[in-house]
Amino acid sequence: MAAASDLTRTEVGLFERLRNNRNFLGLLFMLPAGVLLLVFLTYPLFLGVWLGLTDVKVGRPGRFIGLENYFWLFEDSVFWLSVFNTFLYTVVASIIKFVLGLWLAMILNNHIPFKAFIRAIVLMPFIVPTVLSALAFWWIYDSQDSVISWILIEMGLIDTTIDFLGQPNSARASVIAANIWRGIPFVAITLLAGLQTIPPSLHEAATIDGATDWQRFRHITFPLLTPIIAVVMTFSVLFTFTDFQLIWVMTRGGPINATHLMATLSYQRAIVGGSLGEGAAIATAMIPFLLSAILFSYFGLQRRKWQQGGRDD
Amino acid sequence: MADVEICDVRKSFGATEVLHGVSISIPDESFTVLVGPSGCGKSTLLRMIAGLEEITSGDIVIDDEIVNRVPPKQRDIAMVFQNYALYPHMKVFDNMAFSLKLAKIDQAAIDKAVHEAAAILNLEDYLDRYPRQLSGGQRQRVAMGRAIVRKPRVFLFDEPLSNLDAKLRVQMRTEIRELHQRLKSTSIYVTHDQIEAMTMADQIVVMRDGYIEQTGAPLDLYDYPNNVFVAGFIGSPAMNFIAGEVRHSDGRAEVVAGDGTVLGEVEANGAAAGRPVLYGMRPEHFVLAGENEGLPMDISVVEPTGAEILVVGRLGGCEVQIAFKERHDLRYGQRIHLKPRPGMAHLFDQETGEVLR
Repeated sequence: MAAASDLTRTEVGLFERLRNNRNFLGLLFMLPAGVLLLVFLTYPLFLGVWLGLTDVKVGRPGRFIGLENYFWLFEDSVFWLSVFNTFLYTVVASIIKFVLGLWLAMILNNHIPFKAFIRAIVLMPFIVPTVLSALAFWWIYDSQDSVISWILIEMGLIDTTIDFLGQPNSARASVIAANIWRGIPFVAITLLAGLQTIPPSLHEAATIDGATDWQRFRHITFPLLTPIIAVVMTFSVLFTFTDFQLIWVMTRGGPINATHLMATLSYQRAIVGGSLGEGAAIATAMIPFLLSAILFSYFGLQRRKWQQGGRDD
Repeated sequence: MADVEICDVRKSFGATEVLHGVSISIPDESFTVLVGPSGCGKSTLLRMIAGLEEITSGDIVIDDEIVNRVPPKQRDIAMVFQNYALYPHMKVFDNMAFSLKLAKIDQAAIDKAVHEAAAILNLEDYLDRYPRQLSGGQRQRVAMGRAIVRKPRVFLFDEPLSNLDAKLRVQMRTEIRELHQRLKSTSIYVTHDQIEAMTMADQIVVMRDGYIEQTGAPLDLYDYPNNVFVAGFIGSPAMNFIAGEVRHSDGRAEVVAGDGTVLGEVEANGAAAGRPVLYGMRPEHFVLAGENEGLPMDISVVEPTGAEILVVGRLGGCEVQIAFKERHDLRYGQRIHLKPRPGMAHLFDQETGEVLR
């Protein structure tokens, strides 16, 4: 055995050691993202919650008033109407987006001519800035110059123009339709990606096992797609629940608050009306609903039992 | 139980023809292996028998019925896929029961059929597991179980063992063979592995580039290959080919290699003098000879495998492999002398590759 004193020991400096320390490097690289999250997400979130507990108005520093804003909102029928509208908007739009999106994804998953081109076109509504498409819909739904009314009149189906955004229920249906148009690409393209992860041999095996097209969808495609459906629908619900731009451009919550969502009502009370505290309270009231959607997806997203254990090949 | 007749079947993808008129006769209860290098059209042919690919022209006949336009579910066939194609979201039981459930068979009969199949394949302890929780060999058995519960007329296997490790492959080979001997269903098996073909088949169909090169029993193909391709494809290590020409002297025909080495006497009557030929000799058909009687070879590599010793070197200007069953003490750089076993040589036409008999 060689004597230990014969071996030379190379000393490295502190800087050199830090440069090779994985924990230190990890911390260093995480820092920028951490700062961004703190400044742009955590701080505004807590500021919003705090504002909801005060009576701050534009130009006047408020004071802490506890849950007074919430007691006040509890009595406010417009607030409850906006909650109802938000749920109606989210549930109806999400269900239709899911059904149409899945249908579109299945069509695009087949061998069709000009596949890449058609897929690109499907993405269009998603690429156009929301405000721009909202403006286009606003025009389409115009009470005098609506292209839909014009076509229907030319076809002889109706006599007078339809006042799409002037009546509560038709306004609700109209904004929901616009939201669906805008949301379908996200659902369709994501589900298409999911469909493409299903090996064709499973369909071939099912065909040989005697499954019809519907049975293949029911027993193979749909169950294998459920994990991705959970992801895409969670996001879709979150986007729809917090939607602001479409409504604000098209109706500003009207007529008679029939299309006010919680997000638009919050903006109207806080920024337009100047009651920052009250607006913040409305926005904070969305948190429990969003949280439950996230929890729902958290459990929905957990790997299914059949996905657990073993190797992936 | 059925015989399968494939009559002049062609297949084109667009303008590219991948099968150029293939005819095979597969007798009832036989185990037929389609073997060939990748891209030879063997899997396409199997998928056409299954009904997963359309037939461009020709007929596929199962039990005297032309099935060209019969959808897969009505052909009464079962297929085992290369990647097993097990339904990942169903337990083993449901994977095996799926086809029976679709056929609306009553639950008691399904239970019975699945448990019977599971007993045959040693899967009874795993019926409650998901495919992901199984090993490769177990998944392979489930895929076979899914096929046998239906008692189909024809079994199709599409390279079922290529995802398994070498040891398991040998074991499953035997299991599939045993299963066939027990169930006696007509089986068509696709592989690129000639050893699988040799060990499992009653009948081997060697394919290349959309043509059938030769059809026959395993040992017939080994002993009497029709052409250079079959001769080189069947057998491991592969047959050696030495380029040379036939010379007639004193009414005897001899093959002389390119560098002038006289390889030996041949019986080929058809081999005209001066004709360029390939002299084919299997590695195990050489014996060590004394210094003055054999063909000289300088050893470049020695590979002992235990059961035999593989020696690589140059003979007659070509690289050859020799397999000795005996444990000769051989090393790199040594010069040895070899004698081909009489009557074991194969002669092929150098241009056409056809055998000269």
